[in-house]
Amino acid sequence: MEKPKIATASLAGCFGCHMSLLDIDDRILKLIELVQFDKSPVDDIKNFTGRCAIGLIEGGCCNEENVHVLKEFRKHCDILVSVGECAIMGGLPALRNGIPLKECLETGYIHGTGVYNPSGKIPNSEDIPLLLNKVYPCHEIVKIDYFLPGCPPPADTIWEACVALLTNKPLDLPYELVKYD
Amino acid sequence: MAKNLKQIIENICARYQNDRTRMMDIVRAVQEQFGGVSPEAIDLIAQSTDAHRVEVESVVSFYAFLSQKPKGKVIIRLCNDVVDQMKGVQAVARAFSEELGIGFGETTPDSWYTLEWAPCIGMCDQAPAALINDVMVTNLTTDKAKEIVRALKLNPNPPILSTRYGLGDGNNANALVQSMVQNNVKKTGEVLLCDVPADAGLRKAIQKTPEEVIAEVEASKLRGRGGAGFPTGLKWKFTRGSKGPEKFILCNADEGEPGTFKDRVLLTERAHLVFEGMTIGGYAIGATTGILYLRGEYAYLRPFLEDILQKRRAANLLGNNILGKDGFHFDIRIQMGAGAYICGEETSLISSCEGLRGDPKNRPPFPPQQGYLRKPTSVNNVETFAAVARILDKGAAWFAAIGSGKSTGTKLLSISGDCKNPGVYEYPFGVQVRTLLQDVGAENTQALLIGGPSGQFIGAESFDKTICYDDLATGGAIVIFNKDRNMIKIAQEYMEFFVEESCGYCTPCRVGNVLIDKCLQKILAGQGEPSDIEYLQNLGNTVKKGSRCGLGQTSPNPALTTIKNFRAVYDAVLKPAQDGMQPTFDLKAAVSDAEALAGRHSVIH
Repeated sequence: MEKPKIATASLAGCFGCHMSLLDIDDRILKLIELVQFDKSPVDDIKNFTGRCAIGLIEGGCCNEENVHVLKEFRKHCDILVSVGECAIMGGLPALRNGIPLKECLETGYIHGTGVYNPSGKIPNSEDIPLLLNKVYPCHEIVKIDYFLPGCPPPADTIWEACVALLTNKPLDLPYELVKYD
Repeated sequence: MAKNLKQIIENICARYQNDRTRMMDIVRAVQEQFGGVSPEAIDLIAQSTDAHRVEVESVVSFYAFLSQKPKGKVIIRLCNDVVDQMKGVQAVARAFSEELGIGFGETTPDSWYTLEWAPCIGMCDQAPAALINDVMVTNLTTDKAKEIVRALKLNPNPPILSTRYGLGDGNNANALVQSMVQNNVKKTGEVLLCDVPADAGLRKAIQKTPEEVIAEVEASKLRGRGGAGFPTGLKWKFTRGSKGPEKFILCNADEGEPGTFKDRVLLTERAHLVFEGMTIGGYAIGATTGILYLRGEYAYLRPFLEDILQKRRAANLLGNNILGKDGFHFDIRIQMGAGAYICGEETSLISSCEGLRGDPKNRPPFPPQQGYLRKPTSVNNVETFAAVARILDKGAAWFAAIGSGKSTGTKLLSISGDCKNPGVYEYPFGVQVRTLLQDVGAENTQALLIGGPSGQFIGAESFDKTICYDDLATGGAIVIFNKDRNMIKIAQEYMEFFVEESCGYCTPCRVGNVLIDKCLQKILAGQGEPSDIEYLQNLGNTVKKGSRCGLGQTSPNPALTTIKNFRAVYDAVLKPAQDGMQPTFDLKAAVSDAEALAGRHSVIH
């Protein structure tokens, strides 16, 4: 029987959640026995090769490319999981949500303290995805099936969640893995 | 000018003994004098009252009738309640806007006129209505709105409007009221709106001991008329039993529940009875001070009420040794509110009386233990006090014989919406909804809102139910909707009200109500899905459980009770989403700012 596929993406995140995923240490070998990685920075596969059982999303959506990737994940994955604060709430990138986009970019590229930019222009190339007016959590763009909180969620949380989803068993996380105070 | 400002503010503060607990009166007076409470004024008030600057600023920023920026000399506050929407307030709003040349929330360049929206101002039976400074204007039409603006431009003195359109009935025509407001009393009962003898209850009360007075009220099984229905006698017993030499009687005349206006009629036509009841309350619990907390919208009644208090003092019905009863001292002052629905919640009302933001307080301690100024306090509704005076006159047995079972006496109902005869009705408890609909001339009725938006929406299957504490409990607001009304839209508009009026302290209430409102808007936009029902129910229950005062504990009701009783209306418009995408996300709008900045179009939409 073919192994179920898993796909992952880091949108407007810091890759910390992916680092946490790698933190499952040697269990990653067990995970490989259970699943095959599809589109993911882990194996650098750029395009979906087929239908996936699980999609793990790190980060919210700050630009049009994030939206595109997220929608592709929704189309290709049976179960989509928001992993970590940024995917669930927008996280740190969403701190800009109260500031108009123009002001943000001008501070970042022109007027901000320590900015060295002799051109005096905001970078603008067709290769640069357009920013959204604010940072959106993933569930405001597509339907999300599960949410794994944390910044990042501990490796054990990700591991237990993936195993539970793949084996179709209830997830029983100890309190230490979901408390954040 | 600066020196002048300092002098005036010091004078105002001195008028209230530089007492920071009288902050409401101080900032109201400053607002009235200067059209706003400027940052300099805030500093000066803080100095005079020995308060922190932020204490003053937090009061100014909290109440709708107060502002740092100066407003126009004439402020037109148009009521945007659901009933006003049903009666065509949007067209009236456009007429005001066109004639003044400004939008809502704006002031004319000559600083004369400000146009604003206001939540329910207590005139649902004569909607659309507006408050122009302290003057009520009712039954507005587009022509009337234009005429009003033209008249004000010739003579910017709002009271001229009252006589122009004819004074209302009863005491609305009194020289001290001079208002076009109508009482619209459509049904009188045998307790409150019948002819009542002057101060008969008080005279009998002082023949008894305070304990006997409380026993009489307990025997009558009178329950609070504001909505919560707590037994009045028991509340008084607790307050009397609490330790402390100083106790207070507070009368809650902040009726702000959309659709309620019965206290306005009581204060207009039975003010003596209300003050008599407060005096009896003072005698019963051992208080020497009573405060009537009058909602800012009813400021037009204040001179009239102050005059009545003065007359009662002159007749020894207030003051020292009342009616010759040795050692029975009691007086009443009026505390004005400033446009905050939350202050109808008793602990917020207490905060407001103490000169603070209208924030609710944690309970326990309950007000009978620690209330106003942390002293034992009984807060009762206007109608409750009026009923007490009657009970002491006619006896508990007489009162208990009226009504049904555990709900004794009569209840004033403020009825408005889709019916021929909106107004105030006094019914014995136990009246059937069907009878009520007949009496008010309601046809083709789809729904009733019982107890205002914090109560419940009911449909035809409940028209055999009765108005009483055990069946359909209500503080008195009843709004009727005919079959042409969209119940989801109605629920959404009431949610907007709660979003506006939440004090913001509890996150579930501050944020949750916004999310409920958004979800209803999404459904109204045709983007609703069956899963939204469960979402609304879960969220609604979270808001109820996670809020510390009655506002958050009831605010999801418009959504929850329409889902419960008008499920078919929802089901008809909810469709499952096909592709797992969120229909509410609009990529085009989301990239529009960036497109304009970069001068190129998004490649993915």
